Amino acid sequence: MRSDLNAIYVIVAREFIKFVRERGRLISTLARPLLWLFLVGGGMSRMVSPDMGMPYMQFIFPGIIGMTILFSSIFSSISIIWDKEFGFMKEMLAAPVSRFSIVVGKALSGTVVSTLQALIILLLFPVIGLKLGIIQILLILGISIILSFCLSSLGILIATFYESFESFSVIMNFIVMPMFFLSGAMYPVKLLPHLLSFFTKINPLTYGIDALKYMVFPEKKMLTHDFPLSLDISAIVLSSVVFVIIAATVFERRK
Amino acid sequence: MSIIAVENLTKKFGNITAVNGISFEVEKGTIFGFLGPNGAGKTTTINILCTLLSPTSGKASIDGYDCMKESSEVRKEIGIVFQDNTLDKELTAYENLLFHSYLYNVPKNERKGRIDDALNFVGLYERKDEPVKRFSGGMKRRLEVARSIIHQPKVLFLDEPTLGLDPQSRTNLWEFISELPKKHDVTIFMTTHYMEEAEICNKIAIIDKGKLIAQGSPDDLKKMVGGDVIYLKTKDNSIAIDEIRKNLNLDAEEKNGEIFISVSKGDACIPKLINTLADMVLSVRLQRPTLNDVFLKLTGKAIRPEAVSGGDELKESIRSYRRKFDRG
Ligand SMILES: Nc1ncnc2c1ncn2[C@@H]1O[C@H](COP(=O)(O)OP(=O)(O)OP(=O)(O)O)[C@@H](O)[C@H]1O
Ligand SMILES: [Mg+2]
Repeated sequence: MRSDLNAIYVIVAREFIKFVRERGRLISTLARPLLWLFLVGGGMSRMVSPDMGMPYMQFIFPGIIGMTILFSSIFSSISIIWDKEFGFMKEMLAAPVSRFSIVVGKALSGTVVSTLQALIILLLFPVIGLKLGIIQILLILGISIILSFCLSSLGILIATFYESFESFSVIMNFIVMPMFFLSGAMYPVKLLPHLLSFFTKINPLTYGIDALKYMVFPEKKMLTHDFPLSLDISAIVLSSVVFVIIAATVFERRK
Repeated sequence: MSIIAVENLTKKFGNITAVNGISFEVEKGTIFGFLGPNGAGKTTTINILCTLLSPTSGKASIDGYDCMKESSEVRKEIGIVFQDNTLDKELTAYENLLFHSYLYNVPKNERKGRIDDALNFVGLYERKDEPVKRFSGGMKRRLEVARSIIHQPKVLFLDEPTLGLDPQSRTNLWEFISELPKKHDVTIFMTTHYMEEAEICNKIAIIDKGKLIAQGSPDDLKKMVGGDVIYLKTKDNSIAIDEIRKNLNLDAEEKNGEIFISVSKGDACIPKLINTLADMVLSVRLQRPTLNDVFLKLTGKAIRPEAVSGGDELKESIRSYRRKFDRG
């Protein structure tokens, strides 16, 4: 038990140290949401009719926070593949700690790093003309934490199936990007055709972004949200549990 | 008392049999050398003993704990230096060791002391706060050895600890390693391609294509290919030969102006020769069979060390790709 807590501590501390030291990584992962917010959001604002009740740039703001979390969580977890290939994972697997604690530690470290990045993007709200109170900011952070945990666990689950990093672009193109587009980040889920809306419903990011919309636009609920908040939160929490358990089980298997 | 016991161990990967029914035991407090060419099955055996792989059949235990069923007990007892470096290069030397001490539950009040001792032991204390990526290959290897002893393991696995190092770093690292059993009371299980390293082992097992083809002490193994040969130059070879035959009862012959004598223990024989021949001796040369000769005899081919394995080079290039990728 004690050594399992130690293992979780080691994994989180290691990720945090690297996050602080590798500024280049921070800048490049923040660049993506910023480009989307200002270039895509800013550009589309002129095209999309204002009958949404708010500028398009504001509409996509929760989606951009979700995007930040999606990419940084998956990246952080996918690093397991590199660790597997370049050794440090061996040091962990040979240590007297449970596989479960390695998975939980990795999910928590993804959570810390993603939530920090989401917070940086969130603090840009005045720049796009949004007004958020302190309670709202805390609630958004709360949602960011559970969503980060959920997506980090999903990332670990994906990583357990890959032995080498060559699969990276496959993961990006066939999992991460579709997840982003089919999440209601850029347009309301209601507008999608039937088949695609099935995919949005099994996408945990959809519920995360929906919950973020609740927190960012508390009075404009009718216009933006798709599901009840309680469904959003339970979907995120339940899928996290499922991801962690499956990932730990796969990890446990020795070849 | 044997601390590692392996019985009929077999590991198959698909249709490749990496380890094929090997059995051996390692005595407590000794250095055991596992010798064999590329792909012989050395790393696979270590991975099974370290609980990272499960065998297809057979038994393996460490200090009485079964490597399959009691893996967490086994893991507490062992330290490992893997063939490929497993340090985190972004972290400092100290951080790498500190994280290790957490993973192995080293008591809080002992962590710093043990880390400092280990760093001093491998001569890296001065550089403890530098990121590992700035270390040379030899320093990284030494740091890995330091890391592997922090939790005071009973058995230490070293998978080609000196691979890719220059001769000087190899000698240095080798000195650390050979001091370990006495200083830290551990049993060492090591693999190597280098015959001269294997000489220091108390016991050697030679593995080829997954099978153990010989085991014993270095001297025992060398006896398999014949004994030592002493070459002598004297003032008068024919008188000397007579003296040797008469007084020492040894068979001596002359060849190319030198006397050569086949004996089982050359080093013990030289003083006797000198005593007998007194000041007739001009020079003495002892030629002993090497483990290379043993290997050659057993497998029909020489074992060949490689400076850098291809895998390492590939990984290095992947690593630099990753760095580029991470920066965007
Ligand atoms: N994960 C794996 N999957 C399939 N085959 C494997 C795997 N690991 C090892 N092998 C095969 O098992 C055999 C033994 O490999 P092993 O790594 O144990 O050799 P080794 O003695 O350590 O060699 P080297 O001196 O090159 O390190 C080789 O033929 C190798 O290709
Ligand atoms: Mg090997």
